[in-house]
Amino acid sequence: MINDFTIQVATVNGSGSQTANATLVDALFHMGLPVNAKNVFPSNIKGLPTWYSIRVSGEGFTARRDDPEILVAFNAKTLDEDLRALPPGGVMFYPDHLKPAAPRDDVSLYALPANAIMKEQEVDVKFRDRMANLVYVGALAQVLGIEMTAIHDYLTRNFAGKPKVVGANYDIAVAAFEWCAVNLTKTDPYTLRRMDATAGKILIDGNTAAALGAIYGGCTVVSWYPITPATSLAEGLIEWMPKLRQDSETGKATFAIVQAEDELAAIGMLVGAGWAGARAMTSTSGPGLSLMAEFAGYAYFAEVPLVIWNVQRMGPSTGLPTRVSQGDLLSTYYLSHGDTRHVILLPATPAECFEFGWRAFDIADELQTPVFVNSDLDLGMNAWMSEPFTYPEQPMKRGKVLSAEDIVALGGRFGRYQDEDGSGVGPRTLPGNDAMGAAYFTRGTGHTELATYSERPEDWQRNLARLDRKHEHARTVVPEPVVSGEGADTGIIAMGSTHPAIVEGRVMLEREGVDTDSLRVRALPFSPAVRAFIAAHERTVVVEMNQHGQLAILLRTEYPEFATRILSVAHCDGLPLTGAFVAARVKAALPSPTRPEEVNA
Amino acid sequence: MTSPAPSNPAPARPAALNSAGLAKNDYKGLPSTLCPGCGHDSISSRIIDAAYALGLRPHMVLKLSGIGCSSKSPAYFLNGSHGINTVHGRMPSVTTGALLAQRGHTAIAVSGDGDTGSIGIGQFKHAVRRNVPMVYIIENNGVYGLTKGQFSATADQGQTLKYIGTNDLPALDLCAEAILAGAGFVARSFAGDAKQVTELLKAALSYKGIAVLDIISPCVTFNNHDESTKSYGYGKAHEVPIHDITFVPEFDEIRVDYEPGEVLSVRLHDGPTVQLRKLGRDYDPRSRLSALALLEGARHGGELLTGLLYLDETRPTLLDTQHVHDTPLALLPEALTRPSPQSLADVMRQFG
Ligand SMILES: Cc1ncc(C[n+]2csc(CCOP(=O)(O)OP(=O)(O)O)c2C)c(N)n1
Ligand code: SF4
Repeated sequence: MINDFTIQVATVNGSGSQTANATLVDALFHMGLPVNAKNVFPSNIKGLPTWYSIRVSGEGFTARRDDPEILVAFNAKTLDEDLRALPPGGVMFYPDHLKPAAPRDDVSLYALPANAIMKEQEVDVKFRDRMANLVYVGALAQVLGIEMTAIHDYLTRNFAGKPKVVGANYDIAVAAFEWCAVNLTKTDPYTLRRMDATAGKILIDGNTAAALGAIYGGCTVVSWYPITPATSLAEGLIEWMPKLRQDSETGKATFAIVQAEDELAAIGMLVGAGWAGARAMTSTSGPGLSLMAEFAGYAYFAEVPLVIWNVQRMGPSTGLPTRVSQGDLLSTYYLSHGDTRHVILLPATPAECFEFGWRAFDIADELQTPVFVNSDLDLGMNAWMSEPFTYPEQPMKRGKVLSAEDIVALGGRFGRYQDEDGSGVGPRTLPGNDAMGAAYFTRGTGHTELATYSERPEDWQRNLARLDRKHEHARTVVPEPVVSGEGADTGIIAMGSTHPAIVEGRVMLEREGVDTDSLRVRALPFSPAVRAFIAAHERTVVVEMNQHGQLAILLRTEYPEFATRILSVAHCDGLPLTGAFVAARVKAALPSPTRPEEVNA
Repeated sequence: MTSPAPSNPAPARPAALNSAGLAKNDYKGLPSTLCPGCGHDSISSRIIDAAYALGLRPHMVLKLSGIGCSSKSPAYFLNGSHGINTVHGRMPSVTTGALLAQRGHTAIAVSGDGDTGSIGIGQFKHAVRRNVPMVYIIENNGVYGLTKGQFSATADQGQTLKYIGTNDLPALDLCAEAILAGAGFVARSFAGDAKQVTELLKAALSYKGIAVLDIISPCVTFNNHDESTKSYGYGKAHEVPIHDITFVPEFDEIRVDYEPGEVLSVRLHDGPTVQLRKLGRDYDPRSRLSALALLEGARHGGELLTGLLYLDETRPTLLDTQHVHDTPLALLPEALTRPSPQSLADVMRQFG
């Protein structure tokens, strides 16, 4: 089996396996192999089981797979269970001091002298647990054919400026590599061979990509509160902003990042900054989003641009904090009380995280509204292969901001909430505008077109009708869906990080003779292209990672005329979807081929 | 009653202009919709006086507020200023963001005791911790006005309100809270003391960090002493409904004027008497501990101490600690906020 299998590394949370795992992924990537890695970790700092699965796919698939062929069993507590789950013909690497309770003879078992190597390499007892992970790196390199130079390269880059650390780590990998060469007889069929599928590509997680996108989007105010899995997005900003956004002449920051006291304050700061004209953003996840509800409605109604990255985790409530889900679609769309409907962007790849990172600000400014970007844990925190990011193509769009001269030309009066072009978006001024009549008083309470307080029913209705027009206009401003395939009876609609599973699932279906087209929704409100896609298919299967089929619910609500043609495949167990799941469930959702004896007379 | 138009109007006198070349009128706001006699309106007038006296340019003033009768008041001063009326208790974070975006503005933020002392106590304390450069005015009436008379966190222990009963909890002293959280300018005053409020506002507006002004501002409407002509029952009988408040009794504003060092008893519309004591001229506001001790002493003595309680000009503000660019972040040119294509290529190489 060449270049097509999954390696699952089972370790103990907090045991420092991150370096070892990252080394493997990076080495595979630099051998030109399409690779994807997923960290399935507990909400805990130390001691609980954690799994890291690395999929190599010569065909380029990057979705999760259910059955890893190769198991690295470095966690005593899960060893037996992990071994039981191994498919026949699989292979297990384990430290020789752990003994499987029920060894299997239909799999290859490679016991590695981890402790002996630690001793021989004179690793300080303090570091043994952590460094022992390099033993499996060396062993996998020998047995599967990972290039040691690629391993050395990664360690050198990762521990730049610390040659001793590089040496200590590398020596262990080499010792394991050599031990395997001498002592181990390969009985498994798995091999890696250098390819050329990753040339020019990058390996990056979605949260870092989003942070970079925001930086290139001219984000100037960040306020955030720690929450998994959104924290690394803010940390990405903290890491990269000073490098990329220091004014070289004055040495001063062209940005401000504030760790708020809670999510209420985080979004409050965005409201202030957005109102005052800055490009402001935060990153959060479900519970934080719930806390932001009141201000989200405020910003929607007072029409303040701001950007919220919601890196989704599993809810409801504190849920599964370190597991993935697409369960916030409805709560985000309607976040806050009253008739609130928001703009949501739905990235599926790191490249899109980067693109939406800057584009979200353009959209927020253009529409004068909060823009949510619903990413998720899988996309945000795992490393993905990606094309290098494309520089924003046009200058920033700041939307309808009136200058002092504009106000003078208007005779010192402007209608902050007046719809002049049918887009529903009125003009605004920024604080500091000194023209007579430029200042206005923003509020979340009922207001007239001139932004004065009003409780008159006509004013209220006119305002809401305008906001509805703005929502319609938003359909033409947000990213269009991506359609693939043409002419099949069955369409698949999905969003976000399920994308790789949809791609692979469709190939699997095709191999079984089931032809499908697919549409990936990239934003809410839906573009007219979504309706056209549903209309063009006999049936549409909506595949998503939540319990109630939230995307399907929205589609049926939006297109009641097609409601019965919209079928839902929703699944939610905390793990990313697999291609096999998509194929099986889409197939099951299709009407069974009518057998002749069932034809009604 | 309309008075007959003067048959021979006097020629209009040119209005006196301040250092910004503006007349007092240029600092006016919309007509107030608060109950006539509400202490909050006196404070608005004092803000107008102070801003005029200092020659503030209205377009460089940000007006911010939360929710409550008090928080409506930014609409009633400085029409030429950019303003934002936010959500209940969360004005401090909005001000923080606004000033990060638009440094160089003077922020006048108005809140109530419910707004600051209850729902907003966390944001209040954190804005103080960050030393957000703003004037933070608490229009403190000890009750929730806009929701019609519930106890706020600054209500006196033992006080009784008709529908709510007796307040068993000790009052929060927002000046003490501000001092503890690190505020460098903390003052207390009484809305009826025009001179003191104006002077404190002028000082606060000139201060570079967060200046907290806790101004006792009587609520003329939530008056619960049935035996009093100023009671709820009395008011009800004379009801004049406006917006979301049930009735508006016609009270005169309470006005006081007294010398530093003096103690003055003032009877509020809702019955109780407050003992105001103005800090003496020799009071040195530079010790945190003495300021806190003084507040504690005054509380025990049932006095309301007024004046500048604490002053420290050494703490860096949020804008200093953030090393924020001298040009307001919101106005930076794209050349400074979007790194070059070359820089992106360099970043991409690091992930390749
Ligand atoms: C989240 C939220 N909770 C409750 C309210 C209702 N509410 C409006 S004003 C107010 C109290 C205002 O009291 P205070 O700040 O003391 O101001 P005052 O009206 O006395 O000037 C409350 C509780 C609200 N607007 N928002
Ligand atoms: S209810 Fe009280 S606080 Fe509100 S406007 Fe009337 S007097 Fe002022």
